[in-house]
Amino acid sequence: MSAQDTGHQGAEIARRTERRWATLSVIIIVAMAVIAAIAGIHRATMPQARVETTDPSRLHLSGEFVESNLGSVLESNGAVTVRAIGQQYSFTPACLLVPAETPITLRATSADVVHGILIQGTNINTMLVPGYVSEQLMRFERTGDYLMPCQEFCSFGHEGMWGKVRVIDKAKFAELAKSSGRLSCVGQ
Amino acid sequence: MLANRKLVLAHFWLAFAVFGVALTLGAWQMFIRSPLGTWLSNPELYYRSLTAHGTVMGYVFPTLVAMGFGYAISESALEQRLVGVRWAWAGFWLIVGGSIMAMIPVALGRASVLYTFYPPLIGSPFYYVGVVLVVVGSWIWVALMSINLRVWKGANPGKPVPLAMFANVAGSYLWAWTAVGAALELLLQIIPVAVGLKATIDAGLARVFFSWTLHAIVYFWLVPTYIAYYAIVPRAIGGRVYSDTMARIAFILFLVVAMPIGMHHTFGDPQVGAGFKFVHSAFTALVALPTLLTVFTICASVEIAARLRGGHGLFGWMRALPWDNPMMLALAFSFVMLGFGGAGGLINMSYQLDSSIHNTQWITGHFHLIFGGAIVIMYFAIAYDLWPHLTGREFVDLRLIRTQLWLWFIGMIITTFPWHWVGILGMPRRMAYFDFADPAIAPQALSVTFSAIGGFTLLTSGILFLVILARGMRSPAVEAGAYRFSLAVHQPATVPLALNTHALWVALMIGLTITNYGYPILTLALTEGTSVPAVYVGAQ
Repeated sequence: MSAQDTGHQGAEIARRTERRWATLSVIIIVAMAVIAAIAGIHRATMPQARVETTDPSRLHLSGEFVESNLGSVLESNGAVTVRAIGQQYSFTPACLLVPAETPITLRATSADVVHGILIQGTNINTMLVPGYVSEQLMRFERTGDYLMPCQEFCSFGHEGMWGKVRVIDKAKFAELAKSSGRLSCVGQ
Repeated sequence: MLANRKLVLAHFWLAFAVFGVALTLGAWQMFIRSPLGTWLSNPELYYRSLTAHGTVMGYVFPTLVAMGFGYAISESALEQRLVGVRWAWAGFWLIVGGSIMAMIPVALGRASVLYTFYPPLIGSPFYYVGVVLVVVGSWIWVALMSINLRVWKGANPGKPVPLAMFANVAGSYLWAWTAVGAALELLLQIIPVAVGLKATIDAGLARVFFSWTLHAIVYFWLVPTYIAYYAIVPRAIGGRVYSDTMARIAFILFLVVAMPIGMHHTFGDPQVGAGFKFVHSAFTALVALPTLLTVFTICASVEIAARLRGGHGLFGWMRALPWDNPMMLALAFSFVMLGFGGAGGLINMSYQLDSSIHNTQWITGHFHLIFGGAIVIMYFAIAYDLWPHLTGREFVDLRLIRTQLWLWFIGMIITTFPWHWVGILGMPRRMAYFDFADPAIAPQALSVTFSAIGGFTLLTSGILFLVILARGMRSPAVEAGAYRFSLAVHQPATVPLALNTHALWVALMIGLTITNYGYPILTLALTEGTSVPAVYVGAQ
């Protein structure tokens, strides 16, 4: 084939080759969307689904994000709920204490500007937008310490906003949960 | 023939001058947060620099390139003097004024909010008004592109619109509409708070408005590069465009599907529900289509050039390509970076995979590779190609041009590959410094050091680029002739109406934006109690 070949046949061959490529491209794209849909529906792997609001100027006064309610709590069904807030330039609690091999729900929001929670070495990653509640389901297989930086620019102290997650043995966590209401590893 | 050479040169020189400044800031940022630098006593300086870097590289530099190139295309592809030259200069000066107005508060540390704004952080109103003026200046260009095409159509009824102009006008419409998201955010939400008329703002709604702009703006940056792929490269290397029709379809697809996909930037956000997140994810997959088509068409066009030069064999023809031609080199580098960057992009837009890398250094690595790499290297190539026609002087030192392109390519790879890697390790973006003494962060130190070295390689290449352009103003005079674009293998005598006009596609673009954005925006706007107190930056 060359540029001189301007006959009808050349044009037809070009069109056919092109169409084959376009079809292949469309198949790739449809396949990607289908895989994402299956993974989302069948395995429930998806970003946060529900929109929940909260008033950031009243967080400290009432509701689920008052200071005494922040931290980890063992629910009656054996699952764990962790509540936290982000504010310039720290997380409360600054160290989240959670058990290994347990379904955990993280519920968090921001008290001022946009922040983010990212737990290094995992795919746990969510934005904290003031006025809205972020919810993430998570599960840790291994015990140990993980860094939890704020991943969105939140003004001049952003580089200092690092929290921590400490994953401990499931039985040890259950033991601790008996004695006190809300657990964290702040100051440990 | 280019009649308004001064106009185009003014746009290009301003674009590349501000690019040089922003590039220097970028290199400094790479250095200061790497283990090579020492911690800043005042981290605010870093965010000041980052705001300037992002604002210039995101809003000013590519807009000026698109405008200057657009005027050149209008005059040369349509072979018609530009209509509305005075307005074009007015647009140019609006951008100059807006940029100065925005950059003064940034330099003073009164608007260190980064180019993404993200309220409730609020900076000086002059910063936002300056950005608005830049956008208004570019909208004059959009109107002029449309008017010039209309004038040409009036004089040439039924004739196929030259591909370069068809794509140029499509890109301008895309920009006009995608800028509306940020404009709404600025005018309805941020500026009233910045000037003190209101004290609260809905941060979630603002992020959705911004996502409207944030993704399609990338395709606005991309359009000049794609025009160069189709309309300059085949001509410059002695080939032909494989298919004029496919080229038009690619640009139409960009126009239609680049817009309603921006919410893949908000997968991690609590203010958008799962349904729209999935819809936007699926539509983002669709935007890979025009790029896949382009890769095919351009590779085929390049193959034609190689075979005309005597190349043969299944892959052997590649040896016959004019590798000493800067345009060939730039295209090859651009494609390599587009390939890696595009693959990364498929991960970012994935409904599931995004959470592994969202807001990590992977993202910064990704868009530097695509924009700074694949796109900007073609901006260089466009400038090199146009320069003799603008200055009437030829480049004598092609080797220097090749060195510049090589340095940019190598620098971009050294910068962005380790950047992606530390992102996978979970390093967050936009931090003034890191504690590399922490055993959990220490393993990232070497990668960040490499990135910084890459940053200085890029700075070297950028300076070289400016030197080459400046020397090109004083080199021997040459009769460059008319500025021409590539011809297709089968140059169309007529084109179906749908592939020769934009109205239908613009309507579809607006319609899809409304279906994909209307409901989320409306519900967020109507939800009570989500406005939060503004946090003023620089007021301390």
